[in-house]
Formats: sequence, structure tokens, C-alpha cells
Amino acid sequence: MALLRGQISAQASYRVSFAIDLGTNMVATMLDVLTVLVLFRVTKALGGFTLREAMVMVGLTALAFAAADLTVGNIERVKLYVNTGRLDAVLVRPLGVLPQLLLMDIPIRKAARSVFGATVLGVALASADIDWTVARVALLVYALLGGVLFFASIFVATASVAFWWIESGEIGNAFTYGGREFTTYPINIYSGWFRRVFAYGLGFGFVSYYPALALLGRTDPLGLRGGRGARAPAVSVAIAAAPAAVWRVGVRHYRSTGS
Amino acid sequence: MSVIEARGLRKEFTVRVKRSRLRREKRIVHAVDGVDLTVERGEMLGYIGPNGAGKSTTLKMMTGVLMPSAGEVRVCGYTPVPQRTKLTRRIGVVFGQRSQLWWDLPLRDSFDLLRHIFRVPAADHASRLRRCRSLLDLDEFLDIPVRQLSLGQRMRGELTAALLHGPEVLFLDEPTIGLDVVSKQAVRSFLTEVGVRGDTTLVLTTHDLADIERLCQRLVVIDHGRVVHDGTIDALHARYGSRRRVVVDLDEPVASYSGAIVEADGRRLVFEVDGSAAAVVARLGGLPGLRDIAILEPDIEDVVARLYKTTTEDAP
Repeated sequence: MALLRGQISAQASYRVSFAIDLGTNMVATMLDVLTVLVLFRVTKALGGFTLREAMVMVGLTALAFAAADLTVGNIERVKLYVNTGRLDAVLVRPLGVLPQLLLMDIPIRKAARSVFGATVLGVALASADIDWTVARVALLVYALLGGVLFFASIFVATASVAFWWIESGEIGNAFTYGGREFTTYPINIYSGWFRRVFAYGLGFGFVSYYPALALLGRTDPLGLRGGRGARAPAVSVAIAAAPAAVWRVGVRHYRSTGS
Repeated sequence: MSVIEARGLRKEFTVRVKRSRLRREKRIVHAVDGVDLTVERGEMLGYIGPNGAGKSTTLKMMTGVLMPSAGEVRVCGYTPVPQRTKLTRRIGVVFGQRSQLWWDLPLRDSFDLLRHIFRVPAADHASRLRRCRSLLDLDEFLDIPVRQLSLGQRMRGELTAALLHGPEVLFLDEPTIGLDVVSKQAVRSFLTEVGVRGDTTLVLTTHDLADIERLCQRLVVIDHGRVVHDGTIDALHARYGSRRRVVVDLDEPVASYSGAIVEADGRRLVFEVDGSAAAVVARLGGLPGLRDIAILEPDIEDVVARLYKTTTEDAP
């Protein structure tokens, strides 16, 4: 907690840059949603989903991703820490490496994205024709938590690459930002091995597509049994365990730098 | 009980050497190649060696930053990497070239954060901070953000930061690097102050041998990842045969003089002596036209330079 407070006061010492960051982040998130709206201007339905139904997936993705980005997104900076050897200073304190790195740089500016994601999801849920039951409300909460955890673990997993491959560059972004793009749309618009690898192999299909199906009470056009939708968040949780292990091994593998 | 114990400590790195545009060769570098070291409580140990000798790597293995490739190391009874969080409460670390402080916050806030991180009782924290403030003159820059401090001020802040949780062992990796003479003095006298109490063990690496002469009874010299000398500074002088010199300036050149003359340049004579210079000086006292007598202590820089050179030649 003290770390968090310190971090906030440190960021507040650069006021103008903070305000600019907040603004650009807001605009970037709006553009993401605009892309989907533009897409539906040219077509009535996407993979058999109407705009209102698809917006549920957009909303789930936007909020889950933004919340994960807010809490652990800055973990990608571990690259910098490893590359410059600044991780040394982190390792000589009596706290876990992951929590320290997360608290050392809380991107408050990204909070705007979460607010916007929540708004999109709220509007989408309200306008989509959902038959609300207690089970569905529970599923929504559970799906969001699963989604946040899922994206968070993608962030951690891609950041861990830095321990082995110091200049990991943009590889990680293919899975984080690329993954977000993937889950924004119904997965039945993708085909063949690409869908199999991303949706099932890496689990991106369980972030927004299957929970959205269950919320909307639709059957999967891809033919998975109905129950799958409700269990999707559990799949996300299971998948999230792997990056935690990778991270631990990564820290052991840290090489530091000269002097 | 010894505070630090290392047996056959090794660390290997793989580096890729660029051979041509496409070809790269993997090579294994033995940064630390079998170091054995035992340090007792309250010792002040100087750890020196040329650049790339493995000093920092050893320190990083002892502080839980790096995982050893082989061998054993125990600090305060803990194995550094697996028991890292427990160990960090018992040791203090200052890396001369890496800051422990929060770049954008005033020193005071950094210290406060550290108190929370290490969960130090407020009273202990306050008394340690008070002591450091008076010994290191922190008061004048306690409220300035770290990024605006001078190197000397920052280093004084780093020392304080490393001591606030009352560590048993203080590891210092080049604490005086880049400092001016006054700041170096401040750091040294502070460390002396910390050391004389006898309850804090000090391990420091340095390139500045004056640090060692001022602070450390024991000197460990490492080169190519191996310990090449472990003992007192006197033992090092004895081993490499460095002696005190007596320099005599005369009004008139003397034709000949008996004794261990190493240099005779007209009006200047230089003698080497073992132990006390009294006998030589007494004999010289009666010399006609004597202008001045100076006694030079053996220069540790020379000894170490010679040591580095011989070990480099020995290396395969």
C-alpha cells in the first residue's frame, strides 16, 4: 500500500505528461470500439451475430483487457529492468518480484480505459436482448474475472520472455494486443488452424466468445455443447497457472548486467 | 559462527560473440570460477580485482540476485536465491551504479517506503535514521527528489537506505565510484563508524585501494573468477616483497654509500628497509650535507598492479 502511494505521488510530479497520457489513452480505446461500429455499417451480421450481440463480446473484451492492462500491463517493462540490470535493486527487497514491479509503476493513466470498457459493456448488455437470471448475472461477474485473469496471465507470460531473450521487442504484443483483437470478434469468423490455435490452444475463445454465447442464450455455431459457455471462465483460470510458473523460472534465470 | 560461507562458488555466462554478419559463436565465460570464502561476524572485508574479475558477480550471488551455476553459498544461514525474501531482511546492499531509491521522490519518502517494505518498527527506524542523518549530514537535502541530488548526496542516501532495517551484513559494490574526495571521505568515515561497533559485517568491492586501506583488515583479491590472495594488507606486501623506502636528499653528490640502495641519482639516494627504518635513519644522520630524509610507505596500488599483472600472465 505504501508502495502504491509512493508511486502515485511520483507520477503526480509530472503533471502535464500525466494529463496527456490520460487523454491519448481515452482516444485509443474509443478508436477500438469505433472499428467495430464501422465494420457493422458495411455488414448486417458478423459470423451470424448482430451488432448488438457482437457488442457484448466487444464490451467483455474491452473491460477485461483494460482491467488486466491497468493492474499488470506494465509488467512488460520488465524488459527494461532486465536489460539495464535494474532488477538487482528489486531482488534485494523482501517482497516478491512480481508485486514489486507491478506497484513500482502503476499506470493510473490507463484507468480511463477501464472506465470506457465498462461503459461499452454496460451499453451492450442493456441493448442486447438478454433474458437476465441470477445464474447469468453470476456468469457475467465470473466471466469478467476469468477474462481479467486470462489477459493478466498473457501479459505475464509474454513479459517472462525477457528473461531469456532480452530484446524481445514486439513479440509479446502479438499475443496481448493481438489477443485482444482476436477476442473482440466472434471466433467463428476465423477459420482452420488459426482459430484452433488461438481460440482453443491458447484459450482466447474462452474470454468473450463462450461467455457471450451463454449470456445471450445462443448455441455455438461451431457446435460445442451449450454447457461449455458457462464453464469457459474456469478454463481461463486453469490456463492462467502456466505463466505463473514460467515467471518463477524466469526470475531464477535472470543474468543481471555488468558491474 | 561465520556469517558468509561459500564453497566452490561458480557462475558461468554464455555470451554470443559476433564472428561475421551472420555467424555468431557461443562462448562460455566463467565469471566466478570456484570461490571459497568464509567471513566471520563483524569482519570488514575488502574484495578487489580488475574489471571483469568476478567481484560483482560474487556479490550478486551472495545477495540472492543471481543463481550460482555451481557450488554452495550461505549468508546468515540462508541459501540466497531460494530464501531470498528472508535473507533480504538480514542484509543491506548498496550497488554503486544502481539506485535503491525512488527516482522521483524526495529521500525522506524513499526512506519511509523502505520502512514499510521491510516492516521496520517505527521507533527503530527513527533512531537509525537519526543516526545516519547526523553522521552523513542528510538534513540539507532530505526533501529534494532523488533525481536532483548530486552523486555524493545520492550515495549518502543509498547508504542510509541500506541500513535502515538494521542489517547484519552490509554488501557494498563500489560505493565510492565516481565520488569526489570529500564525498569519498564522508563515505569512508561513515563506514568506519558502522564497522567499529562490531555487529555489522562489511563486504565491499572497490577499485579505490584507499577504501581498503582505510576500512578493511582483510583483503581478498580475485582475478579471472579465482581468489588469488586472501589475508591482511601486510601479508600482501610481505608476499610481493614490497618494502618501505627511505629517500635521502643531499647537498653534495656522494661517491659511494653502503646499504640496500635501490636508486642513486647524484644527490638523491633511495634505500629499501624491512620493518623499522630507525637504523637506516640513525646511520644517515651523521652524513655530511644532509638536506632531507623521507620515509615512503609501500604503495598498495603498485602491489596490486603487480598482482593483477602476474595473474593475467599465469592465466591460460
